[in-house]
Amino acid sequence: MELGKDLVAASATPLVLAILAEGDSYGYAIIKRVTELSGGHVQWTDGMLYPVLHRLERHGLVAAKWASSESGRRRKYYRITTAGRTELAVQRHQWQVVDSTLRSVWMKACTA
Amino acid sequence: MMTSGQASPLEEQVAQWRAYLRRRRAINGPDVEELEGHLRDQMAALAEAGLAGDEAFLIAVKRMGNLDALSREFAREHSERLWKQLVIAPETGGEPGKATRTEPLVVLSLAVAAALAIKLPALFGLRMDPDEELDVFYWRNASFFVLPLLAGYFAWKRAVRPPRAVWLAAPFAVAAVVVNAYPFADDSDTLWITVLHLPIALWLVVGVAYVGGRWWAGSERMGFVRFSGELFLYYALIAAGGGVLTGFTMLMFDAIGIDAGVLALTWLIPCGAMGAVIIGSWLVEAKQSVIENMAPVLTRLFTPLFTVVLLAFLATMAWTGSPIAVEREVLIAFDLLLVVVVGLVLYAASARDPHAPPDFFDGLQLLLVVAALVVDVLALAAIAARISEFGFTPNRVAALGENLILLVNLAWSAWLYAGFLRGRESFAALEQWQVAYLPVYSAWAALVVVAFPPVFGYR
Repeated sequence: MELGKDLVAASATPLVLAILAEGDSYGYAIIKRVTELSGGHVQWTDGMLYPVLHRLERHGLVAAKWASSESGRRRKYYRITTAGRTELAVQRHQWQVVDSTLRSVWMKACTA
Repeated sequence: MMTSGQASPLEEQVAQWRAYLRRRRAINGPDVEELEGHLRDQMAALAEAGLAGDEAFLIAVKRMGNLDALSREFAREHSERLWKQLVIAPETGGEPGKATRTEPLVVLSLAVAAALAIKLPALFGLRMDPDEELDVFYWRNASFFVLPLLAGYFAWKRAVRPPRAVWLAAPFAVAAVVVNAYPFADDSDTLWITVLHLPIALWLVVGVAYVGGRWWAGSERMGFVRFSGELFLYYALIAAGGGVLTGFTMLMFDAIGIDAGVLALTWLIPCGAMGAVIIGSWLVEAKQSVIENMAPVLTRLFTPLFTVVLLAFLATMAWTGSPIAVEREVLIAFDLLLVVVVGLVLYAASARDPHAPPDFFDGLQLLLVVAALVVDVLALAAIAARISEFGFTPNRVAALGENLILLVNLAWSAWLYAGFLRGRESFAALEQWQVAYLPVYSAWAALVVVAFPPVFGYR
C-alpha cells in the first residue's frame, strides 16, 4: 500500500521532526529511518526530503551544520531546535485529534 | 566498497549527474553537495546488499526522483535564488564559457564609459549648469554618448569580425561628422529635427550589431524588436528607481543643510541615464524570461485602451468639427501616437503564436489599426493643407514623410489583418511585413538627418 501524495506531504513535517527528536541525523539516515519505522509503507522520493528540511531550517524548527562523516566527505547534519520541539508537540496533538476522530467514526461504523 | 577499477566509469557517471544538477538554477552548490552525499550513501548501501556499482547508481538516481520535479520543489522553497542566479549569470544551457564570466566586467566597463562620455564635454569647457540652458553641443551629439557603446557591446557579444565591425562603426562616424559640420543656425528647426531623427537612424545600426552583423539572414530581426521593447520597459523601471534614488539623495543632503541639486542634475541624472542604457540592455539579454511575459500582458492591456482613446478622439472631432492644429508639438504627439500603435501591433505580433487561430483580440487589433489609419489620414490632410497654404518648412515635410510611412505600414497591416481574420492569410505574413518594414523608418530618419539641413538652408 502506498500513501497518497497529500498525506505524504502533510506527514513529512511531524515525521522529520520526530525522527530528529530522537537524535541529530542527516538526510539519508532520516529516509532510512522513515522506511524502517513504517515497515516500508511510507516511501519518499529521496530528493524531496531536502526541500522539506530546508523549509524547516528557514522556519527555525531545525538547525543545520556541516561536519565530516565517517567516509571523510562533508555531510550536513540536522538538529531539532526548541521551536522545533514546540512545533512537534503541536503537530502531535493535531494528529492525535485526527486519529481519534477517525477511530471513533470507524468504531461506530463497526458496531452499527 | 568498490574497487578502483570499477570506480572510474562510475565516478564519471556521478560527475555527469552532478553537472546536470548544477545547471538547475534553483539548486545551489551546497545543495548539490548534500544531494550527492545522499546519492553516494544510497549507492554504498545498495552495493553492500550485493548490487554492482552501475546498478546501484541507477537505482540511487531513480530513488532520488525526477530532477525536474525536484528542482521545482527547490525553486518553491528557494524562490529568491532564481532571481539572484539570473542577475549573476546569463542563462546559457551549457558550461559557463569565457564570455559569461567576462561579460559582467565588459558590461560594467561599458556602462562606466557611457556615464563618463556624457561628462567628457565638460573637460573642454562645456559644463552642465542647472541655471543655464544645456549647450547645444550636447543635443547635437546626444546619440553618440551611448549608442556606439551599445553597438560595440553587441558586436563584442556576437563576436562580429573586423570587416563587418568597420561597417558598423562607419555610420556613427559619418553621422558625427555630418551633425557637427553642418552650420546650423542657432535654435533652428533643422537642428532639432536632426537631433530627433538621428537616434532613430542609428538604432538600426544597433540592430545590425544585435543580429551579429547579418541583418537579412535568419529570424533574428524579430528578436531585435522584442529587445527594443523590453529595453524600453527595463529602462522605465530603472528610471523610476533612479528617480527615487535622486529624490532621497536631495532629501538627505538637504537635511544636513547641503544642496545636492547641482550634483544630482549634473552628475547623478545624466551619468545614470547613460549607464542605464547599457545595464538595461544587458539585463534584457541576461534574463529575457523574467520580462518576456510582461510585453504580451502590456500589449493586451493597452490595445483596448488606445482603441477607445482613438475612437473617442475621432468621435469628438466629428462632433465639434475642430481641425488639428499644425504645431511642432502637436505633430510630434501625433507621430508618437501612431508609433505607439505600430508598436502595439509589432508587439502583439512578436508575442503571438503565429499558428493560433484568430480570436477576439485580433479583431480588436484590426479596429485599433483602422482607427489609427483614420487619425493618420486626418493628420496628413491637416499637414497638406498647411503646406499648400504656407509652403514647405522642415517640420511639416518631416511630419508629412513620417505620416506617409506610417500610413503605408498601417494600411498594409490592416489589409493583412483583415485577410488573417477571414482566414485567407497566415499571421506570419503580418509579422514578416512588420519586420521587413523596420529599415524604412531608419532610412527615412537618415534622409532627414543628412538631406534636410542643406535643403532647407540650416534654418
